[in-house]
Amino acid sequence: MIEIDNLTVRYGGVTSLDGMSVVFEAGTCGLIGPNGAGKTTFFNVLSGFVRPAEGKVIAFGTDLLSMAHFRRARWGLRRTFQTEQAIDELSVFDNIALAHEHAKLGGTSRRQDVLAAISFVGIGVDPDSPVSTLGVRDRRLIEVARAVVGRPKLVLLDEPAAGLPDEETEHLGAVIRGIPEHTGALTILVDHDMSLVSACCDTTAVLDFGKLIAAGPTAEVLRDERVARAYLGTADIQ
Amino acid sequence: MADTAGVATTVERHPALRRPRNGTLVRACVVAALFLFTLFALPQLLSLYFVDAMTQVAVYSMVALGLGVLVGRVGMVSLGQVAVLAIGAWVAARILFATTLPYPVVLLAAGAITMVLGTLIGLPALRMRGLYLALITLMLAGAITVGLTTVNFPNGGHGFLGYNGSSVHIPPIRRPSIASSDPAYFRYCVVVAALMFVLAYAHIATRPGRAWAAIRQSESAALAAGINITLYKLWAFALASFITGVAGGALAGAVRYLYSIGFPTQDSITLLAVVLMGGAYSLWGAIVAALLLQLLPALLNNWGVSADWLTILFGIGVLQVLTTAPRGLADQVPRDLARLGRLIREQLRRAAAARGGAQ
Repeated sequence: MIEIDNLTVRYGGVTSLDGMSVVFEAGTCGLIGPNGAGKTTFFNVLSGFVRPAEGKVIAFGTDLLSMAHFRRARWGLRRTFQTEQAIDELSVFDNIALAHEHAKLGGTSRRQDVLAAISFVGIGVDPDSPVSTLGVRDRRLIEVARAVVGRPKLVLLDEPAAGLPDEETEHLGAVIRGIPEHTGALTILVDHDMSLVSACCDTTAVLDFGKLIAAGPTAEVLRDERVARAYLGTADIQ
Repeated sequence: MADTAGVATTVERHPALRRPRNGTLVRACVVAALFLFTLFALPQLLSLYFVDAMTQVAVYSMVALGLGVLVGRVGMVSLGQVAVLAIGAWVAARILFATTLPYPVVLLAAGAITMVLGTLIGLPALRMRGLYLALITLMLAGAITVGLTTVNFPNGGHGFLGYNGSSVHIPPIRRPSIASSDPAYFRYCVVVAALMFVLAYAHIATRPGRAWAAIRQSESAALAAGINITLYKLWAFALASFITGVAGGALAGAVRYLYSIGFPTQDSITLLAVVLMGGAYSLWGAIVAALLLQLLPALLNNWGVSADWLTILFGIGVLQVLTTAPRGLADQVPRDLARLGRLIREQLRRAAAARGGAQ
């Protein structure tokens, strides 16, 4: 469980997160909102790339914001990025081993964990092949594998389906749905693909201009009038 | 039959089991053969003039290797590596005059002390990137050069600095007892350089190498994977400075008399140019860079051509490499040769087919 309390982020005069308070329970949770709503800013706060002006984040009883950013991976925080960040210079195996060896997971075999992550996300290539030869699907899956390898507590996925064709998105959806069961991690999914969000997430929160405007079971949230208005704009014309 | 089935299931159970690849074995054999040839045959074939030049190549291959780690692996451009080399040479010379410690110990000490000082030079790298880091390291290198011009290199004098300005008979810097002749010292330097390459490879192929690759491509991805960027950047500077310090020690014994004019600040810029030309991403690139930097001038001298032409040549070379082969000559030449070989084979086959058709 992760509790967000009054989280506020300001960049100069722009308030990109405005007193966001929400609780994410176990499982896969969605986080949606129009462009510029503050979704990636929220992830950046959790990763430690952005310091909030105010607010608290308590994840599984730990105050996340007081931790040095590179230590958060060791604690169990993982994330993927909007533009995928598979490391070209390394092999598939080494790309995933990277996250494993720096997360300092005691007592588990790196080799087994990495191979388990590879087969979990369904990368169909030789683990020793260099990443620079792979297509966008496998590069995305490598990043997801890096996020689930070992024992993460909290997995943040930032538009993992961006740029993927429909049938690949379907495969990715199945992988994302399996993350909580496979790793026991709480997963937060940010995406614009509503069918992916409905398929993966039991609960969903909606941000608009840095404010939380709705949260609850995904189907209810997506039917919510305020959410439709946030995406489509208001219709009252004088 | 039962046996084959058993094997098949084992393979299936570990689909990703890493088999030693043919390429790796071939590469290891090529490296071993080249090393043995350089060690035993090369000094026999070359005149003393070129043996000395090749000793410099061995020394500067280590310097290029250090810069290659910084530029190629981590993406940090340092323009202070020749100053770091001078520090290594100074420390080694001072220890060699003051003590009778065995040579390997002196090289290690020079490497270790240079590592500490070089890592301090790398501290700005934690805050600066790209052009700004390059500039600040260049300034620091300039400061070190000024400092060295003032204190001079040790020449057997007393005191901490070990410099005696009034001495008429300057003793040469000693060499290891097993390698006092020029060919023997060349061999010694080749072995030292080979050890440094093994050290660098051991870093690149393992945990630090993976962390550096991640940092070079994307610092946010590296952070998200839990990599302590500060630690690994300093680690790269420490490794590069250690290797360069050892190279400085080897250089002290190679030239036997050290002067501060031997380490001009602008040489660091030339060094970066040849490292980019050779290929900052590969270990072979460091050797190519050292050949360009040390053997080429020796050849030109031998032919009576001014070595000043090299500045122009390196300028054109960097342009050529940056536009057509970002991975340097060490990658471009074998690839183009392979392509040429394929082309020739294709032509021969076509010619043979035409002959066959005519008959």
